[in-house]
Amino acid sequence: MIQKEHFFYDNKIVKQFGIATMFWGIVGMLVGVVIALQLAFPALNLGIPYTTFGRLRPIHTNAVIFAFVGNAVFAGAYYIFQRVLKARMYSDLLSKIHLWGWQLIIVVGAVSLALGYTTSKEYAELEWPIDIAITLIWVVFGINMMGTMLRRRERHMYVAIWFFIGTWVAVAMLHIVNSFALPYSWFGSYSAFAGVQDALVQWWYGHNAVAFFLTTPFLGLMYYFVPKAANRPVYSYRWSIIHFWALIFIYIWAGPHHLLYTALPGWAQALGTVFSIMLILPSWGGMLNGLFTIRGAWDKVKEDPILKMFIVALTCYGMATLEGPLLSIKSLNAISHYTDWTVAHVHIGALGFNGFMVFGMLYYMIPKMWNTDLYSRKMANTHFLIGTIGILLYAIPLYWAAFTQSLMWKQFTESGQLKYQFLETVTHIVPAYIIRAIGGALYLFGASMAVYNLAKTMKKGSFVANEAASAVPFRALPVQAPEGHKVHWHTRLIERRPVTLTILSLVAVAIGGLVELTPSLLVDKDVPVISVVKPYTPLELAGRDIYVREGCYNCHSQMIRPFRDEIARYGEYSKAGEFIYDRPFQWGSKRTGPDLHRIGGKYSNAWHYAHMDNPQEISPGSIMPAYPWLLQNKANTALLPNKIRTLRKLGVPYPEGYDEKAIAEYEKQAQEVTGKLKEEKIKGATADKEIIALIAYMQRLGTDIKQLDKANTTASAE
Amino acid sequence: MKFKNYLTEIDNVAIFPIISLVIFVTIFAVAAIYAFSADKNKMKDNANIPLN
Repeated sequence: MIQKEHFFYDNKIVKQFGIATMFWGIVGMLVGVVIALQLAFPALNLGIPYTTFGRLRPIHTNAVIFAFVGNAVFAGAYYIFQRVLKARMYSDLLSKIHLWGWQLIIVVGAVSLALGYTTSKEYAELEWPIDIAITLIWVVFGINMMGTMLRRRERHMYVAIWFFIGTWVAVAMLHIVNSFALPYSWFGSYSAFAGVQDALVQWWYGHNAVAFFLTTPFLGLMYYFVPKAANRPVYSYRWSIIHFWALIFIYIWAGPHHLLYTALPGWAQALGTVFSIMLILPSWGGMLNGLFTIRGAWDKVKEDPILKMFIVALTCYGMATLEGPLLSIKSLNAISHYTDWTVAHVHIGALGFNGFMVFGMLYYMIPKMWNTDLYSRKMANTHFLIGTIGILLYAIPLYWAAFTQSLMWKQFTESGQLKYQFLETVTHIVPAYIIRAIGGALYLFGASMAVYNLAKTMKKGSFVANEAASAVPFRALPVQAPEGHKVHWHTRLIERRPVTLTILSLVAVAIGGLVELTPSLLVDKDVPVISVVKPYTPLELAGRDIYVREGCYNCHSQMIRPFRDEIARYGEYSKAGEFIYDRPFQWGSKRTGPDLHRIGGKYSNAWHYAHMDNPQEISPGSIMPAYPWLLQNKANTALLPNKIRTLRKLGVPYPEGYDEKAIAEYEKQAQEVTGKLKEEKIKGATADKEIIALIAYMQRLGTDIKQLDKANTTASAE
Repeated sequence: MKFKNYLTEIDNVAIFPIISLVIFVTIFAVAAIYAFSADKNKMKDNANIPLN
C-alpha cells in the first residue's frame, strides 16, 4: 500500500480574491448605473472632468472586466487548480504578489483613467507603465499555475485546467501585441500602429478580450463548479475536449467582425464573419455540455440557487454566442453596429453569463471554505430573481432602442431627404435609457444582497485557511490505466504534459492572429499616402490628444460607412488612406452622438466653442455632457516637442528639426483660431486655452480629401 | 476621384481565406478524431476528477 502524502489547500488566497471580486463588483456596477443615468440626465456629469461619461465609461468597463471578473477568475482558478491537481498552489509568495499587484493595478488604473490618461483603445485604455505592470503580474500568475501543474498528484489534468492555460497564453499574446506604443512621457504614448492597422490590432484584441478573459476562464469555472453543484460528472468529456481546442482556435479569428463596412480590407472582414459563424458550433457544444450535466439534477434546481444561477448563466452564454455570430453577418451588422444593440448583447454575456457564474461560484465556495451553510438560501433565491428581472429590464429596452434608432437613421422622406435629425433619434430613445438604468440598478441591488448574504455566511462559519488534503504522490501513480481502461496517445503526449499543452494552446491561438494581422501590418508601405492627407499640425495634435483624453470616442465614431444614409448625413465615406497619421485610431464603436469624421468645416469655430461650453443651449435635448473646463484650462505645450519627436520615430513625416518649431507653429495657428472666434463675436477666448486646440482638430477632421476634390475640379476646368 | 481598397492589392490575397478554411477543417477533424478515439472508461475517469 502506497503511503498518501498529506498537504493543505491554500484557502486564504481564494478568500482574498473572492472578497476583492465582491468589492470591485459593487464599485464597477455602481459606476455602470451612474453612466447609464448620465445618458438620460446629462446634468449628472456634474460639469467636472473626472465624472464625465467619457472618463467614467472606461472606468466602468475596466472595473467590471479586470476587477470584478478578473478577481473572480483568479479566485476560481486558485480554488480549482489545488483541488483537481491535488496540490497546494506552487508558491504562497507568488499568490500574494499576484493578489496585491493586481489590486494595485486596479487602483492606479482607475485613478489614471479619471485623470484622463488613456490610450483610448477599448478595454486596453491603461497607459504603458500599467501595461508593463499587468505583464509582470500575469507572468507571476503563469509561473504559479505552471509550478502547481508540475507538482500535481494527479496524472491527468482535468479539462477546466486547459481552459485556464488557454486563457493565460492568449491574454499574454493579445495584451503584449495591442500594447505596442512609444511613450512620449511617463503617462503618455502613441500607438505603434496607425489608422487601419491600429483598428485591426485593437479589435483583434478587443474581441479576444471577450473571448479569453470573459469566456474561456468562465468555461474553466463551468467545467468544475457545474459538476460540483449538480454532483454529477460533466455530461461528455469528449465534447469538452473538442470544445476546448475548437473554441480557442476559432475565437482568435473573429475580431474583424467589429469592423464590418469600415475601411478595413474586404478579405479581413470576410474572414471575421466566416469564423464568427463557425464559433456557434463549439460555443453551443460547450453550453449544452454544461446544461446536460445538470439534466439529471432537475429536482435540485427548484431549490438550489446555485444551480439556478448556473442554468441562467449557461442560457445567457448560449444566447450571446448565437447572437454574436448573427451580428457578424454584414446585413445584420449594418443595423446593429454603432447602436445600443452591441451594448445589450455584451450585457447579456456580462450580467447573465459572467455575473451569474461568479455569484453561483461564490455561493458554492464560501460556505465550503467557512465550513458552514449559506446564511440565507431564501435571500440567494431572491437575488436570483431580482438579478434575472434586472437583466431583462436592462436588455429589452436597449434592443428596442437600437432597432428604433437604426431605422430612424436610415429613413428618407419621399423627396430623398433624411427624415430625422440625429438628435431626434437620440431624444426618442431616452425613455429606454431610463428603463435600462433601472434594470442595472436592480441587478446591483441583487449583487448587494449577495454580498450581505455571503458576509453573514462568513461570520456564521469558521474559516479554514489551510484545508487538509491527502493524495498518492505523483511518482507512485500508475502510468498505465487500470484493466479495461486504455491510456490514449493524446493523454500520454498532451494532456499529461503541462508544458506541451501550453505550447500547443499558444500555437492554436497564434495561427489566427498571424494570418489575420501579418498581411495588414507588413503592407505598411503599400498603403498609398493620399497626397493631400498631411500630418496634424502641433495645435491639431494637441487638440487630438485632448479629444482622446476626454474619451470622445466613447460616444462618437470617426468612420463613415458606405451607406446612402451615412453619406447623406455625414459626407463622403471614410477611406483607409485618410487615417495613416491617426495614432491611436478614433473610429469608435458606438454612436451615442453623431459621427465626427467629416465634422471639419461643418460648423463655425464659435459654434464649437459655445457647444462645448453648454451643449444643451445649442442643441436643446442633447444628452452630451458640458466641457466648461476646456474653456478655462491652459493647454500644456511643454510636451509638444517630445510628442513630435516620438511621432517622427514612428514614421510620421514631420521635417527634421520640426520639434523645435512646434511651439511657435502652435501659437501661430492658435492666434488664427482665436482671431476667427473674435470675428464670430466670442468674447473672452484666448489662444492659450485647451478649447482652441480642440477646435483646430475638429475643424481639420476629414477635410484633407476635400482639397483633392478642389484640385480635380480646377484641373478639369483648365 | 477613385480610391481602391489599397490593402486588397496584396499579391494572391485569395490564398488567405483558402488557407484558413483548410486549417479550420483540419483542426476540427483532428480534434474530433482526438476526442472520439479516446477510451470510454478513461473519459469517465477523467470526468470524475472534480468529484473525487
